[in-house]
Amino acid sequence: MATLDSKIPEGSVSEKWTHHKNKINLVNPANKRNIDVIVVGTGLAGGSAAATLAELGYNVKAFCFQDSPRRAHSIAAQGGINAAKNYQGDGDSTYRLFYDTVKGGDYRSREANVYRLAEVSANIIDQCVAQGVPFAREYGGLLDNRSFGGVLVSRTFYAKGQTGQQLLLGAYSAMNRQIGRGKIKMYNRHEMLDLVIVDGKARGIIARNLITGAIERHSAHAVVLGTGGYGNVFFLSTNAMGSNVTAAWKIHKKGAYFANPCYTQIHPTCIPVSGDHQSKLTLMSESLRNDGRIWVPAKLEDAKAIREGKLKPTDLKEEDRDYYLERRYPSFGNLVPRDVASRAAKERCDAGFGVNKTGEAVYLDFAAAIERYGKEQARVKHLDENDAKLVKKLGTEVVANKYGNLFQMYEKIVDQNPYETPMMIYPAVHYTMGGIWVDYNLMTTIEGCYAIGEANFSDHGANRLGASALMQGLADGYFVLPYTIGDYLSKDIRTGKISTDLPEFEAAEKNVRSQIEHLMNSKGSKTVDYFHKRLGKIMWDKVGMARNEKGLNEAITEIAALRDEFYKDVRVPGTENGLNQELEKALRVADFLELGELFAKDALHRNESCGGHFREEYQTEDGEALRDDENFAYVAAWEYKGKPSEAILHKEELQFDNVKLVTRSYK
Amino acid sequence: MNLTLKIWRQSDADKKGKIVDYKINDVSPDMSFLDMLDMLNEQLNNKGEEPVAFDHDCREGICGSCSLQINGEPHGPDRLITTCQLHMRTFKDGDTIFIEPFRANAFPVIKDLVVDRSSFDRIQHAGGFISVNTSGNTIDANAIPVNKHDADTAFDAATCIGCGACVAACKNASAMLFVSAKVSQFALLPQGRVEATDRVMNMVRQMDEEGFGNCTNTGACEIECPKGISLENIARMNREYLSASMKG
Repeated sequence: MATLDSKIPEGSVSEKWTHHKNKINLVNPANKRNIDVIVVGTGLAGGSAAATLAELGYNVKAFCFQDSPRRAHSIAAQGGINAAKNYQGDGDSTYRLFYDTVKGGDYRSREANVYRLAEVSANIIDQCVAQGVPFAREYGGLLDNRSFGGVLVSRTFYAKGQTGQQLLLGAYSAMNRQIGRGKIKMYNRHEMLDLVIVDGKARGIIARNLITGAIERHSAHAVVLGTGGYGNVFFLSTNAMGSNVTAAWKIHKKGAYFANPCYTQIHPTCIPVSGDHQSKLTLMSESLRNDGRIWVPAKLEDAKAIREGKLKPTDLKEEDRDYYLERRYPSFGNLVPRDVASRAAKERCDAGFGVNKTGEAVYLDFAAAIERYGKEQARVKHLDENDAKLVKKLGTEVVANKYGNLFQMYEKIVDQNPYETPMMIYPAVHYTMGGIWVDYNLMTTIEGCYAIGEANFSDHGANRLGASALMQGLADGYFVLPYTIGDYLSKDIRTGKISTDLPEFEAAEKNVRSQIEHLMNSKGSKTVDYFHKRLGKIMWDKVGMARNEKGLNEAITEIAALRDEFYKDVRVPGTENGLNQELEKALRVADFLELGELFAKDALHRNESCGGHFREEYQTEDGEALRDDENFAYVAAWEYKGKPSEAILHKEELQFDNVKLVTRSYK
Repeated sequence: MNLTLKIWRQSDADKKGKIVDYKINDVSPDMSFLDMLDMLNEQLNNKGEEPVAFDHDCREGICGSCSLQINGEPHGPDRLITTCQLHMRTFKDGDTIFIEPFRANAFPVIKDLVVDRSSFDRIQHAGGFISVNTSGNTIDANAIPVNKHDADTAFDAATCIGCGACVAACKNASAMLFVSAKVSQFALLPQGRVEATDRVMNMVRQMDEEGFGNCTNTGACEIECPKGISLENIARMNREYLSASMKG
């Protein structure tokens, strides 16, 4: 059995990474040509890792289930990417980014990893600019920044509301250069369905060609997963429809520990659910909270009248509005971290102040920003700043310039003009901080198997700050993994090609074939979506924004029962030979049905509230999360033992040598 | 709303396809077009029929997966959106809607409404990049100032999502808008100028090899582009190509 050795290097936190890099083994360029690496997933983490490994000289095989690596879900990240550049001269530093991230994560992340992340953050911006990523710029030609939740500096680099797209296309372009050279062999529309372990080491994968249905064996000297998060266990989330846990779950079943599955980020600013026909929720970037003010009516009767359509939000006077974030958290106001903002919205809506038909929405209002910017523009242009109509026009132009695409997206979905009436928003599942346990080298508990980006657990603790996901994905892929994997591969220079005829490949393939056969032959009465929706409802109601012991126990029983029902009664039409989107979904939902149970089990065992994990039993008098550092300052890493209910808990105690553990306050 | 759908069904690349009629009732105007297709598929599935295959993923207009020729227009009748952002309120009760795959020789049908757009990837492999390795010691980002106007224009070109609507809209199935967007993004930035000559030659060569048609300036691509990529990019690419050809 693998032990939990985090392999954190010696030395002070600011020197660990430099010393580690100086000490680890390297692979001679001539030998790199004889080494194969499989990278699964082509988002920011996987894409940047594949490109960099190929540049270094390794033979890379990259896999994605989409029809092109450019479509990985990193593309949808909107707001920005953090980096401790201190271009604004507002007091930012590597230490401050490190500190903000540890605090933002509610003191549940590994210090050494977070410091390294902050340290390489500045390199990411340099690298991306060199690649031609068109970040927003000021008139002087230098890069512009904005601010995100949970911090007091402006360190977020952005490309309008499409930062993820621009960064991913940057990584994709770096991949394309290597694909063109033949150093990356790209497998589009392929889904990894199992990991192959030979003599205790990850040596390959079994993948399904989604067009032909062929089950393929692929070998390598190491396997890297950059397969993203598992938010779709909730059915409704801001994740792409295809985002799934399957690759991560398969390695978990083969021996990789799964860490902190209950740490899920519920993003405060999403477009509210409008009906039961929806299969996908849409995020409105956190950057909107730079300028938007969040409020609900101060009086219950006004909220009721608004829900019934008898009153318009714009009719409410200032004193009849409750800007509850500004009221509760005066120092951070509308820019509190996501977990805090989401819970505050839920608290107001649960108390009856919600504003749309379902009662589950709050306002995000730009009227004040439009007026403020309008007056500024009027002054700059020597126009009359008391002309309300003119000010509104000028202010609207500024807001449109900053957030135009988001406002357009909102209007298309909701059919309301957010320049005229406040947006309605509500929290939705967005990101998962938990994931595959990795050591400092990003290696899982399986030798030679790595997890990077959202797929691992390491950097965000119990809550991720805005604009830090892009940072972590690219840090892992461009600057961390390519170094640390060399240390491992240096032992493989004489191994030679790994044969796919080994019995381990045969066994793994057989395993995959029998699962597919089982699903195809089940011929039950319910569709895959039917089960996925029911799973999502259990997760949202009992393992969502607020959790309690009773609900979690119920969820565990219900999910296990639902899983049994799924295997007995699911119906997958068509055949396994060829494109079959229902079969793809069935294979993914099967894994969500196992993960969901482990998720609830983890939430049940963690008798404290921290970050995205809020247990109703553990809160302060004014409803803030109540952490228990004495008993829970550890990473919960679960070992698979046949089924989720029998998973064994391993603890990695978290050491805080550089940041003092205090109650997180944004007041 | 109650609708009649006329959908292209084709079991795989080698079989002949045909339009099949489906009735669908109780469609909510708040549904997105793909929510509506999900509903149809759930109904087909419950009747024991095979659901309609279509590409989709992010469902917020950025991944470029969804396609669909709806009533003869890529991404349907609305402007500046993808199919996943098209809402049923755009249609009327009783409407008949034709749903077909994007049509082009360089985009062969895989199944039903799913097409193979890997030709776009191959054009990018030929030159859609700046040749810079990941090193961690490239020069400081602010050491390369970029005029804001150029940066913004490069950004506008870079917002292309690679969906292929431009090709599907064009009577010649030309990929000029797609290719020129990438050529423009890099041509406008100082970092990209270094290899501008090779880039445009290589990308255009690959575009021609893939079997895309030529541009005859009808402008249909710009109108149908969900991201509003401008025809100016094609003009810029033509200039780049001409000057690159002269350099030889």
